[in-house]
Parts: sequence; C-alpha cells; structure tokens
Amino acid sequence: MSSRDVILASIRTNLPCVERPLPHVPMFDGDPPASLLSAFKESLHRMGGVFLDPPTVGDILEPVRGKIADAKIVCSTVPEIAGNQDIASVGVPRDLADVDFAIVRASFAVAETGSVLLSDADLHVNAVAYLAQHLIVLVDPADIVVNLHHAYRRPEFRNHHYASFHTGPSATADIEGALIHGAQGVRSLSVLPVARAAGKPTS
Amino acid sequence: MSTASEPTGRGGAMLHPDLRAGDDSDAIMRDGRRLDHAEGASKPLQTNPEPQPRGAKIHGNRPVDQAEAAGRFIAAPEHEKMHDERLWDLRQKRDREMHGIPEWEELRSLASAIKEHTLTHLDLYLDQFEANARSNGIHVHWARDAAEHNQVVHGILRDHGAKSLIKSKSMLTEECGFRAYMASVGIEVIETDLGERIQQLDNEDPSHVVVPAVHKLRTDVAEVFSRTIGTDPANSDVHYLAEAQREATRPLILNADAGMTGGNFMVAETGTFVVCTNEGNADLSANVPRLHIASIGIEKIIPRLEHLAVFVRLLSRSALGSPMTQYTSHFRGPRTGGEMHVVLVDNGRSERLGLQEFWTSLKCIRCGACMNTCPVYRRSGGLSYGATYSGPIGLIIDPTFNKRKYSNLPFASSLNGSCSNVCPVKINIHEQIYAWRRVLVEEHEVPLAKKAAMKAAGVLLSRPVAYRAAIAAADTALAHLPRFVIYNGLNAWGKHREVPHPPKQTFHNWYHANRGAKR
Repeated sequence: MSSRDVILASIRTNLPCVERPLPHVPMFDGDPPASLLSAFKESLHRMGGVFLDPPTVGDILEPVRGKIADAKIVCSTVPEIAGNQDIASVGVPRDLADVDFAIVRASFAVAETGSVLLSDADLHVNAVAYLAQHLIVLVDPADIVVNLHHAYRRPEFRNHHYASFHTGPSATADIEGALIHGAQGVRSLSVLPVARAAGKPTS
Repeated sequence: MSTASEPTGRGGAMLHPDLRAGDDSDAIMRDGRRLDHAEGASKPLQTNPEPQPRGAKIHGNRPVDQAEAAGRFIAAPEHEKMHDERLWDLRQKRDREMHGIPEWEELRSLASAIKEHTLTHLDLYLDQFEANARSNGIHVHWARDAAEHNQVVHGILRDHGAKSLIKSKSMLTEECGFRAYMASVGIEVIETDLGERIQQLDNEDPSHVVVPAVHKLRTDVAEVFSRTIGTDPANSDVHYLAEAQREATRPLILNADAGMTGGNFMVAETGTFVVCTNEGNADLSANVPRLHIASIGIEKIIPRLEHLAVFVRLLSRSALGSPMTQYTSHFRGPRTGGEMHVVLVDNGRSERLGLQEFWTSLKCIRCGACMNTCPVYRRSGGLSYGATYSGPIGLIIDPTFNKRKYSNLPFASSLNGSCSNVCPVKINIHEQIYAWRRVLVEEHEVPLAKKAAMKAAGVLLSRPVAYRAAIAAADTALAHLPRFVIYNGLNAWGKHREVPHPPKQTFHNWYHANRGAKR
C-alpha cells in the first residue's frame, strides 16, 4: 500500500461518527463604512502602510514621482510610470536584488484590513514585491471591497497561481516586542488611489 | 463590521510603566498614534544582562519535569517579567480586536463548525485537494510520519542537486526534527523568520508557535548574534540587531537552491494552500528559488474559499491582536519556470481523529492565543515543556506523541479555562487537559503522589456531602494552620505564590443561610 492509501485508510478507520453539517457563512456586510476609501486608508495606516493622498489638481502621480526621485533603480510594472529596470528582462528573481522601488497595481483592496491583493499577473515576477527595498501600489478606488468575505468571492483566487494580500510592509516584533519595518521584505509600502487607465482589463 | 477600533490607550494594569512611555524614540507613529500592528509595540524593559534560563532537561523517554524548568525561568526575574507582560500585552490586543468586530463570537462558532465538518469528512476533502492541486501542476506527496516526511523532502532536494534550503517557520517541520535530519545529510537549512533564525543560531527550539524567541531578552539576542553573525556584543539595540540579521540573511536567500514553507490552510475546492507571515519571508522562500516545497499537516484543510475568510479574519486577531498578518499568500500552482511540491503529513493525526475525547484538538490553527493567556505558560516559558508544542494546546497534543515522556504536562495548568475562552476555533482545551489527567492516571503514566491526590479528589468530587464537609474543614484549617504546614514541598500550589485567603463561609453554607430558607 502507498503512504497515501495507508493515511486515507487510517483516516477512514478513525473518522468520528458524529453529524457535523457545513454551516452557511454570511457576508457580514450589513453595516458598511460610509466611504470604503477612507476606511481602507485608516486600516492601511494601522498596519504600517502609507496612504498617498492624490493631489486635487495637476499630476495625480506626483506623490509617486516624489518618492522615487532620488532612487537609483526603479522597477515598474504599470503603464502609468516608467522605471529604469525592465521587468520583462529579468531572467531570475535574483536579478531584482538591488531594486530600490517597485511600482505595481493591485487587483483590488480590502477596506476592513487595509490589504491590497497582488497576483502573479500584477507582479510579473513575484519576488519583485519582496526583494525591492520599497513598494508602491496603485489601487483603483473602484476596486475596494468592504471585507474579506467579499474579497474571497473575487475571481483572482481561482484564476491565478499566486496571489498575496499585502497589509502594510514587512514587519517583525520578534525581539522583545519592538516593532520593526523591513524584517526581510520591503521596508515601506505606499498606496496611491488612482483609477485604471481606460481600456485596461480589471483582472 | 468595524474597520478601525479605537486604540485603548497603552494596555492595562499588567504593563510596566516603561512600556507605556510616551517618549519612546523607537516607536513608529502614524496619524499621531503609535503603531502596534504585527506583533506588538511594547517598549522593552531596560535591562542588565541576566543569563537566559534554558529549557527542560530531556532524558530520553523519561517524563519531562516541566515544573523544574519553570522554576529556573521564574528564578530569572527579568526574563519572567518581560515574557509575562509581553504575552499579556498580546492577549489585550487580541481583546481589543475582538471588541471591534460585532460578529466575533459568530465567527468562532463558524470556524469551529467548519473545522468539525471537514475533520469528519477528512478523507474526501484531502482527495479533492490532491486532485485539484495536481491539475494545477503541483506535485503532491504523502508522508505517514516524521521520518517519511524528511526522506520525501530530501528526495526532492536530491533530485534537484539542492544543497541549501531557505525556509519559513513551520511547527510541522519542528515536529519532524527536520533541521537535524537535513544537517545529517549535508543540506544547509536557513530559517528566514527573525525569531526562528535566532533560535536556529542559538541551537534552541522555538518556545512559542507564533513568536519563537519571545523568551529571550535583547541582550540574549545580542549575545547569539555576536557569536554567529558577527555583531557588536555590546550593542543590544533591537533595530541594529534586526538590520544586521536582514543583511546577513539576504545573500543566503538570493543564493539558495530551494525554498520551503509550511501552510496555514489548504482549500480543497481550488487546490490552494495559504501561508501567513508578517515578515514576507515565506514569500521570499517560495518565490526566489526555482523550487518550492510546502510541508502541511493533513488537518489544515478547509472545503472552500468562502470558509477561508472566516479563518483569516480570526487568525492574526487571535494571535497578535492585529487585523491581518502583513502577508497572506495563496499558492495555487507553480510560477512559470518554477516547480512546486506539497507534502501532506499525517504523523499521528489520523490516529488522533479516533480519540473520542481529543479529536477536536485537530481544529487548532496554531494562533497561540491559549499560550498568551495562560498564567502557567506566561510565567514558565515555552521551553519548560520540553516538547514541540507548549502551553495549553501542547498539554493536549503532546501526550498523543508520547504518553510517558509528556505525562507531567497536563498537570501544568490551573484549569482556569481562559485558554478555551480565547480559542478562535472553540477547542474545549481545559476540559481536554482534565481528561488527559484521567487517561494518564488510568494508564499508569502518572507518579504516585499525584495519583493519590487525584484519587482522593475523585472520591470527594463524586460525593457531594463529603465534598462540602471537606471544603469547610479545609477552609477552617487554612485559616488556622501555621505557614510551614501550607507552604511545604508537598504542596506545589504554595510555591511562588500565596494560597488564597479562605472564605469565612463556604458557598453552600452561605446559600443555605441566605437563599435556601426562602424556598
């Protein structure tokens, strides 16, 4: 017998003889916040992320341009901003080791937790979101869902091989509880609300 | 639902004033508030180096003496105080999150029901997961026990000529003695979670399922790092230590031949597994090398994505009092050009399923909330248990691995029930602890002194009249006995604490006098 068969047989021998029906999970969305964007911003800040307030006039991408002005290596996967390292030319993830700023667009965001979902399609090379020193994420305000129950109804979890909720930057408090950003991954996560360019697919 | 609960000031009565200092230069501020997501923001206590108390002494298969190791931990007051307050801080943050979500109790009930349903159909859901994962291009392996797990992983690494492995923290691999096995076959394992890396470099097991080095002071870490990665032994600044570790580990991550993670959840309907970390180290381990191996216990499975929402909402709130881990990553298949393996590990779980009183311990999602709230755990340190799993959940899991070796552990509890009250999947932990005491006594795994006391208590508890007489007599005796009779070596309850003042009247007498007559 294979190990698989041994384990499954042992499970069947030991299954508790009790009736346990699968419960229905409500959406828990009866009392949504007045503004999903404001709720997202507050949750993001609690988790150590930075919400970039878009300027009311002029270039909406100005807060991003300001952040990357002094950066040596910028890797962008979004059409709105050009970097100086082309993600398409990356042979192995290690090639991204010296990226200062990565700029990507999130599939969607979650107001409840301040999370952004980054899929393999959003990242092109998954490791860019972890090897870069800093991460900047663009989110379309129309792509914010109220809570995780709504989030898990989204198609990304069925369409992509990799999808990760980022909720603030890399963090640790493993030494005496002192909070530190940039434990292994990015030292900062900034989010700019900006609508998708017209004609771009939404997922 | 609530998206932002107000901060409740800096903690409660247990916190040392230093932990609430307003002028903490290390604090990270946002919108005028101090951030305390992830694992906490407590300002550490100022400290002079106090040697770290080490864990339980292991003598082969002989019963671990948890009380002896706990005694040494308590004898190191700075370690004990930091440990106690840090974990109580996490418990308070968990409470804050709980109060911020009106449906909290409903989520706990759902989580429990989903887990019980899945466990009672475990064969079907594992079968479904395997089929879906395979169709997505994941190689699925099965391992009956720790030895087979280690051999399977070794086989995959050998096939790829891999000599170095970066990995994220996994209690399952601790269970399997994975690092020791890999060392014996010449493969270098590099833990990438900061706490776990500290423990690896110090050649010590993790003392907590979520915060593996929580029993160490910063000075202990400075000592370990100065010995192993060349930091300044006199510098115990936490930011300096964390940054030095980041710089030392990064080249190892970039050059590793393979990556390994555990898994917090598996979703049967999509063949997905989910890994939650705060450091992003699991995503580095999974996404930098070409080869990703995930070792996952068979009980981690849930049926559908809609169920995942329930558990993700509960996990980090229960563990650390943060709404979400910084990273919650969903792996459904290998990336382009990559290779992905999942090893499904039994190691005693299928047998545990057949234990009528104990099978629901398999609902555990390893959040550590029961440890953070446990007065025994907080004051004795996780390494005092001498087992992979410590704290209340350890007391009910460890004996399933070895009844003799862990026969003392179910007695390391006051049965106060706090563990059951905070458990996000509603495991009746304290009732199972009590049930294990009975099982171990019946199976003669318990020493004579404890057994005699248990037997006497059993006789009393089964006879209400005798019980009432005994309680009244004991209260009278406690009020009049000299100290040396109460606080002696035979009464473990009198060590390191005052026995509570006896009431003037038993509850039964009070009831009889005040309420009974009115009937």
